[in-house]
Amino acid sequence: MSLREEIREAAAPYPDPRSGVMSGLRLAQRAYGGWLPREALEEVAEALDLTPAHVQSVASFYDMYHLAPVGEHMVEVCTNVSCALVGAQQVVDAFSDELDVKPGETSEDGKVTLRTIECAGGCGYAPVVVVDHRYREPTRPEDVPGIVQELRNG
Amino acid sequence: MADVQELILAGADEHDLARLDEYRAVGGYGVLERARGMSREAVIEEISSAALRGRGGAGFPMGRKLSLVQPPEAAGKPTYVVANADESEPGSFKDREIMRRVPHRFIEGCLISAHAIGSTNVFIYIRGEYVAEYEVLKAAADEARDAGLLGDVVLVIHRGAGAYICGEETALLDSLEGKRGQPRPRPPFPPVAGLYGAPTLINNVQTLANVPVILDMGVAEYKKIGPESSPGTVVYSLSGNVERPGNYELPLGTTLRELIYDVGGGIPGGRSLKAIIPGGSSVPVFTPDEIDTPADFDSIQAAGSFLGSAAIIVVDDRACMVQLALRAEKFYMHESCGKCTPCREGTRWMVRLLEKIESGQAEHSDLDLLRGICNRIEGRSLCALGDFAVWPVRSYIDKYRDEFEAHIDEGGCPYGGESSLEGVMAPIDQHTHSPVAEVPA
Repeated sequence: MSLREEIREAAAPYPDPRSGVMSGLRLAQRAYGGWLPREALEEVAEALDLTPAHVQSVASFYDMYHLAPVGEHMVEVCTNVSCALVGAQQVVDAFSDELDVKPGETSEDGKVTLRTIECAGGCGYAPVVVVDHRYREPTRPEDVPGIVQELRNG
Repeated sequence: MADVQELILAGADEHDLARLDEYRAVGGYGVLERARGMSREAVIEEISSAALRGRGGAGFPMGRKLSLVQPPEAAGKPTYVVANADESEPGSFKDREIMRRVPHRFIEGCLISAHAIGSTNVFIYIRGEYVAEYEVLKAAADEARDAGLLGDVVLVIHRGAGAYICGEETALLDSLEGKRGQPRPRPPFPPVAGLYGAPTLINNVQTLANVPVILDMGVAEYKKIGPESSPGTVVYSLSGNVERPGNYELPLGTTLRELIYDVGGGIPGGRSLKAIIPGGSSVPVFTPDEIDTPADFDSIQAAGSFLGSAAIIVVDDRACMVQLALRAEKFYMHESCGKCTPCREGTRWMVRLLEKIESGQAEHSDLDLLRGICNRIEGRSLCALGDFAVWPVRSYIDKYRDEFEAHIDEGGCPYGGESSLEGVMAPIDQHTHSPVAEVPA
């Protein structure tokens, strides 16, 4: 199935196909290697008969849509209150050191993008790290080298 | 001694209730069948007399919401049920547990509610980060559909994409319609004009999961649990500096002391308790001398805060309250959707002033300025995010003012780098790299 067909199929259960823009963006992001270049936004727009401007306005509102290239893997560290109270910043620092990047950047080999994120809803299992959309709860600074190794090999 | 009492999560320790056969083996979906044989009014009457209050934060009576939704015949258009599974209040992780462990009980609650308002469309809006929970929920929904349990109901699971504001019901509806998730002016309220302008019942996951429980055990039995004004249990989310963090289902009205010390095992590492956030990061803080407050809607409110989503964050004596305020405020600044000026601009002012105080550059008048800004944001935006941005910070200033003043008097943080929150980063701005328009040659 082509991307456009997939987008239309995901929109089909809604009374109004415009509701399919979020699933459309998610599918397009997956098809375009983890981010949404202009062509991806245009493809979503065409599939759902929307303007590219509207699709971009939606894409730029939500944190899980990436409008710039990202690494092969995504590491996200929650630094909100509950995680912060039990050492989230030390986990961020450990990833920064190991990957030699600041949050928001991608490692030089293009393998891993590091981000700090808002509450991921794992407050009781803090600090929470999300690796490629899978929660690692809890993650301690000493777990970080192993995770980075795993991603570099993967 | 507080005892766990499971109604919502009942049976999930002994059985894999994410599986339809196991859920049915403990009587699951029996209530749905019975409810479908009852009139809509009779179902609404049961929920109303059980005095079930919304578990998503506001505590609004579900029965009242149900009775406000115009039936499709009167409205002349379809009506909708929307389940709010966008759980994103910092400190809250209960809906995740419910969706993972008892997805069918939640779906059953959605289907009974659909029957009660004469709807054939259920939308579950689940936050985008919850991928594993989405998978469990989708498998459960597919199983229920294949078994013919949905009847004529079309159930759609809609995945969010990372925006705290979408937990706010009208922002959620806009998001579900395929727009930026920004709140709407009210009235009209969703029961009158909600999704696609049609009458809509919108409730939190845990509220909906209570529906089959109430019909199953009966109103009289249900009302024996917890306080009269808000009966039943709630899944308390315990996090922060506590020995045994996690989700615990107990009767509403369990005291904060019982939750933190009996259930949670107290403060680890021999530290002492400094602050309690009783309902997720957006509510006013309690000091240790308020620890005997029962954690139910009315008791917490009478003590000056909110039960919210029953997310209790425990803070020990290593935390600098100015840094805690700054961390919380950066969250609200980041998540302000930008629609209302007081919230959009005010949160930025608050962050700047808090940074100035934290770094020791502020004067005493800045504290009054900060408090004044709080008062000018509160109540002046379309949704409660503006209030949420104010309540924690203002309460930290009022209850821990010495600490704010010490930063000013000593020219920096009195913890001297030893605070548990030293240097904590806020999330990176996701969309600073927005594509720049290119003019064709």
